[in-house]
Amino acid sequence: MAYSEKVIDHYENPRNVGKMDDSDLNVGTGMVGAPACGDVMRLQIKVSADGVIEDAKFKTYGCGSAIASSSLLTEWVKGRSLDEATAIKNSDIAEELGLPPVKIHCSVLAEDAIKAAIADIKAKRGA
Amino acid sequence: MQFPIYLDYSSTSPCDPRVAAKMAECLTLEANFGNPASRSHKFGWKAEEAVENARKQVADLLNCDPREIVWTSGATESDNLAIKGAAHFYVKKGKHIITSKIEHKAVLDSCRQLEREGFEVTYLDPDSTGIVSPEMVAAAIRPDTTLVSLMHVNNEIGVINDIEAIGKVTREHGVIFHVDAAQSTGKLRIDMETMQVDLMSVTAHKTYGPKGIGALFVRRKPRIRLEPQMHGGGHERGMRSGTLATHQIVGMGEAFHLAMVEMEADNARILKLRNRLLEGLQDMEEVYVNGDLDHRVAANLNISFNFVEGESLMMALRNLAVSSGSACTSASLEPSYVLRAIGLNDELAHSSLRMTIGRFTTEEEIDYTIEKVKEAVGKLRDLSPLWDMFKDGVDISKVQWAAH
Repeated sequence: MAYSEKVIDHYENPRNVGKMDDSDLNVGTGMVGAPACGDVMRLQIKVSADGVIEDAKFKTYGCGSAIASSSLLTEWVKGRSLDEATAIKNSDIAEELGLPPVKIHCSVLAEDAIKAAIADIKAKRGA
Repeated sequence: MQFPIYLDYSSTSPCDPRVAAKMAECLTLEANFGNPASRSHKFGWKAEEAVENARKQVADLLNCDPREIVWTSGATESDNLAIKGAAHFYVKKGKHIITSKIEHKAVLDSCRQLEREGFEVTYLDPDSTGIVSPEMVAAAIRPDTTLVSLMHVNNEIGVINDIEAIGKVTREHGVIFHVDAAQSTGKLRIDMETMQVDLMSVTAHKTYGPKGIGALFVRRKPRIRLEPQMHGGGHERGMRSGTLATHQIVGMGEAFHLAMVEMEADNARILKLRNRLLEGLQDMEEVYVNGDLDHRVAANLNISFNFVEGESLMMALRNLAVSSGSACTSASLEPSYVLRAIGLNDELAHSSLRMTIGRFTTEEEIDYTIEKVKEAVGKLRDLSPLWDMFKDGVDISKVQWAAH
C-alpha cells in the first residue's frame, strides 16, 4: 500500500510519544481499540484548571495510519479547550493525512480516543 | 546489496537466468516458436519435442511417468482440475470430500464451489503446529468419501504434512488423494513411486521458473480419471485443452531439472541462512515461531513479534520484501486464517512476519535483515501501549477491550 507523505512523516517522526501519570487528577486517559482488531490507541491529555489542554501524549499499537492519526491528533489538541477538542472530526484527520477508504477506521479510532480522554478528565473532575 | 532485499520466495521466485535463457529460445521466427500440436511440419515437431523433453524433466523431479503430467496454467488451475474434476467424475461413488482449514484458497474455494453443488466437505483442523496427521484423515473418511485434498507444504508457515503416510490411509480406503505441492518442489524429495498420491498440483514460478505454467500429476496405475474443466481441442489427453505454451513449458522443465540437480546444495545453504536469521531474532523478548520448526521447509520462517502490529512493522522495513499475517495487509481486514486455525490469538497473528529465503539470498542480506527487524521492533514497542502494559505486568488477555 502506498502511504501519503504525511503518514510517513508522522510514522517516522511520531510527535508526543509517551505516557503520563494516570493518577494525576489533571490527566485524562483514553484507551480505545482492541489488540484482536489490530489497533489500540492510548491518548492522554493534561488539562489546566480552566479547561485548556496543555499537553498530550500517545502510544499506539497499530498500522502506520493508526500511528499517524494519533500522532497528528496530539499536535492538534494541544492548546485547545476541551470543547474545541471535542469538535475534532475523524474526517478532518483522514483528510489531513490523505487516508485511503480502507484506513478511515484509523481516524475514527483517533476521534474515539480524544472523546474518551475528555470523558475521563470530566469524570475525574466530577463535572 | 541491492534494495529492497527479496525475502518473499514463497510468494514467487525470480526465474533462474538459465531458465530465462532456455525460454528465450522458443519465441521468435528463428527460434522454436511452433505450435506443438501442429503435426504437418517441422515447426510443430520441434516444438513438440521441446514440450516432451520438459514433460520428462518435470516427471523426473516427481519420479513418475511423463504420461502422468498434464500441463496447466499453474497450481490454482491444477487444484481446480484435480478437485472439481475428480469430484465430478466420481460423483456416483459419493459426494464427500476431506480437506483442511489451512489449505490454499485455490483448494478451499474449489471445495466451496462443490458445496454449492451439493457436495459435503469436511475441513480438518490441523494440530497447533500446523500439521494434519494420517490419523485425522482416517477418522474423517466415510463410505461416501471420494477425495482427500491436502497440501504438502503450507505456504504461510512452511510446515510439512507426511503425505507418504496419509497416502497409505487413503489408498487403503480407496479414496483419491490430491496433494497441492506448489510449495514443495525443489524443497523436498517427491517420489510418486513410493508416495500413494493420485493427483499432485505443481507450479513453475515458486521453483525459479516462469509464472503462468504448472502441471497436474494424474496417476495412471491405478488410473485416475477427471472431468475436464477446460474444453476445446482435446490437448493433454482431453484433460486440459488449449495450445501449449512452449516457452513456458520449456522454462518449467529447465527449472525443475535445476531443482533436481541442485536441491540438496540449495537446501543446505538456505537452511544455514534460515537458522542464522532465527538465531539473530530470537534473543529479543516475546518472539514466537509460528508452526512446527522441525517439520518445516528450510526456506520458511514465520515469526511473531508480540505487541507490534505487522503492517507497521513492514512499513519500517521498506528495504525488505516480506509478507505479514496482519489483517491490515489483506483485502479482507481479517488476520491470517492459517495462523488462526493453528490456534494463534489475534494479537500474535497481527504481529507475524513471513520471511522466505531462496537461491539468491546472501548472508549479508540476512545480517542486514536481522539488524533492521530488531531496530523496527524496538522502535514500535516503544510506541506500543500494549508493550507498556506487558512491562507493567498487566495480563492483556484479561483486559476488557471494546471491540470495534
